[in-house]
Amino acid sequence: MSVRTTELVIIGAGPAGICAALEAASHGVKTTLVDRGEELGGQLIKQTHKFFGWHKKSAGTRGVLIAKKLAGEVLNNENITLLNSTEALGYYDDGTLLVETPRGIDRVLGDRLIVATGASERMLLFPGNDLPGVYGAGAVQTLMNVHGVRPGDSVLMIGSGNIGLIVSYQLLQAGVRVAAVVEAMPTIGGYAVHASKIRRLGVPIMTRHTIKEAYGKEQVEGAVIWELDENWNGIPGTEKDLEVDVVCLAIGLTPLAELLWQCGAEMAYIPELGGFVPLYDETMETTRKGVFVAGDVAGIEEASTAMAAGRMAGLSAARSLGKVSDLDYSRLRNEIAGELEGLRSGPASAKILSGIAKMRAMLQSVKEAAAVSEAEPANRPAKQAASEPTDAGDLPKAGARDSEAQGNNGSKSEEAVGA
Amino acid sequence: METGRSSCKTRIEDHPILDFPARKEVTFTWEGQELRGYEGEPIAAALHAAGIKVLHTSHKSKRPRGFFCAIGNCSSCLVVVDGVPNVRACTEKLREGMRVERQVGTGPAPRARE
Amino acid sequence: MSTLVTTGVPSAQDIAGVTPPEERRARGPYATIECFQPIPCDPCHHSCRFGAIQEFEDINDIPKMDWSKCTGCALCVAACPGLAIFVVDETYSETECLIAMPYEFVPLPEKGQPVKLTDRAGIVVADGIVQRVVAGRKPAGTPVVWVSAPKRLATVVRGFILRKEG
Repeated sequence: MSVRTTELVIIGAGPAGICAALEAASHGVKTTLVDRGEELGGQLIKQTHKFFGWHKKSAGTRGVLIAKKLAGEVLNNENITLLNSTEALGYYDDGTLLVETPRGIDRVLGDRLIVATGASERMLLFPGNDLPGVYGAGAVQTLMNVHGVRPGDSVLMIGSGNIGLIVSYQLLQAGVRVAAVVEAMPTIGGYAVHASKIRRLGVPIMTRHTIKEAYGKEQVEGAVIWELDENWNGIPGTEKDLEVDVVCLAIGLTPLAELLWQCGAEMAYIPELGGFVPLYDETMETTRKGVFVAGDVAGIEEASTAMAAGRMAGLSAARSLGKVSDLDYSRLRNEIAGELEGLRSGPASAKILSGIAKMRAMLQSVKEAAAVSEAEPANRPAKQAASEPTDAGDLPKAGARDSEAQGNNGSKSEEAVGA
Repeated sequence: METGRSSCKTRIEDHPILDFPARKEVTFTWEGQELRGYEGEPIAAALHAAGIKVLHTSHKSKRPRGFFCAIGNCSSCLVVVDGVPNVRACTEKLREGMRVERQVGTGPAPRARE
Repeated sequence: MSTLVTTGVPSAQDIAGVTPPEERRARGPYATIECFQPIPCDPCHHSCRFGAIQEFEDINDIPKMDWSKCTGCALCVAACPGLAIFVVDETYSETECLIAMPYEFVPLPEKGQPVKLTDRAGIVVADGIVQRVVAGRKPAGTPVVWVSAPKRLATVVRGFILRKEG
């Protein structure tokens, strides 16, 4: 087993991780960027559509081309070491990140860590949901846009958020029929322009509808959809049988946060952000000192916000390593914060902002509880990892940390209502 | 439906935005049957292109399973490759001469190396 | 609520709001931006060389047209990430109009090719003919296809299906 030492380790080379790496590297931070895939760009490599946002910031550019551009910048950056086809296994008290490379297990020792591992598809419960042919939307995109293989002949798309609408369009572009898009809510979840685009192409979007079951002997041969009443119950008699061989789930993403659980960051269940998310402050730092987050792992959002949040995390990590002057830090932090604010200023972002507010409130109470317990150490049980982040060089050393309870699940709130 | 051949209908030839570069064709076996695919593509893609969607059988209820996430998260696509079980078909790259089998339950115990 | 959020098809009122007055339509080609929701997006304004798409005060603003400056060049049609912009020329002929639409499919149609014209719900409403195809640079560009359509359907036709052969 070999050991690599570096200043900053970033897990995940999607838009958030790459932008974090580029930002940190621009301040002279020696950065190691780890990704389990071979190709850089995360989910961007499958996005054939043009992005929205600011004209000066990649709007109007196809996701696949944004990915290529970012990948090029990473590969040409002398401060960034890329470890692709490398899976992060765990992050330990002494700052060791254990990784599995194609050659075996390695250790990467860094002073700071940014977790930008993104998110994964949520599952929906219905009879037949484990049949071959039931695929996540990401899987359908990967198959079509990365490997050039059609997922099937005819698809039922479940979910009319942006992903469901965009992937439906991409299916049509690949020559695959989309029998219908079903949406449990009374209104379409994604942007109207995405919905209008596929309506013009003759794809029905059925609100207040969901899948009743998928059926088939060994794989999906058909699916039954039905209408929902006000209590989210299927209405008998409204069933429609669709001849499809693919059922595509696009009902939302949930953060891939195992590493954050494992390394002891405080987590909380916040439905507006997609599930269990880390608690983090304005600098993107979690309750585990020196561990920052960015992108979908911190809350399901968009590539544009992932890129900005990545920059913020990279800047914060660089700052905490003493590599950014007060003046530069102030200027850049305001610039990035302003960008995030702008991206989140429309009505489409109300949910995210509400989720972030909830998350900050929880972070605040965790910090207050920690402050109280630090003031009365004799009488209170050891509380986990909630100290104020301070400047570089102040991280607790291995062995000085309180023993950490396993499975600290953070705050639990009400159950999520699935779409 | 196991056709034993890469179906033209499953492989995308012409795409409005993407170009799929030519790749080296390799031969592999699925359940003893010879198939062709492209070197370096995930086994699941090669199998899917050949019309094969059932990759393993679940160990409790013996239900047919295929891939779900296609990116290595969900472990739905486990197959046996060259005698080694629990290989994710969606991340494992196809190589010439690979022997791929449908995994039944937890699959065969791999033999210890000498 | 508008049919837009329940079906994805804009209402007649939505469309009326982005269609220029009669006298402007009779003067020459015009762009019509079928973007009705505030989302953070501004490439359309930057794509117009003539300043016909007004500058955004806030990135979430719905685009506003200044039709006096619009030449109908259709650069915006290719630029819009939502594929929501069309150019309509109701002065094409006595009986026909010309409509420019974004088209990101293969095969690209060819000039002279007959097509079936569709409305915003994908329903076939008339026959038409492809008059011009601006291919755009793959992969970045978006091809724009101009089709001739019955003039009375100038605000209705927003898509087409290639007629299958044999």
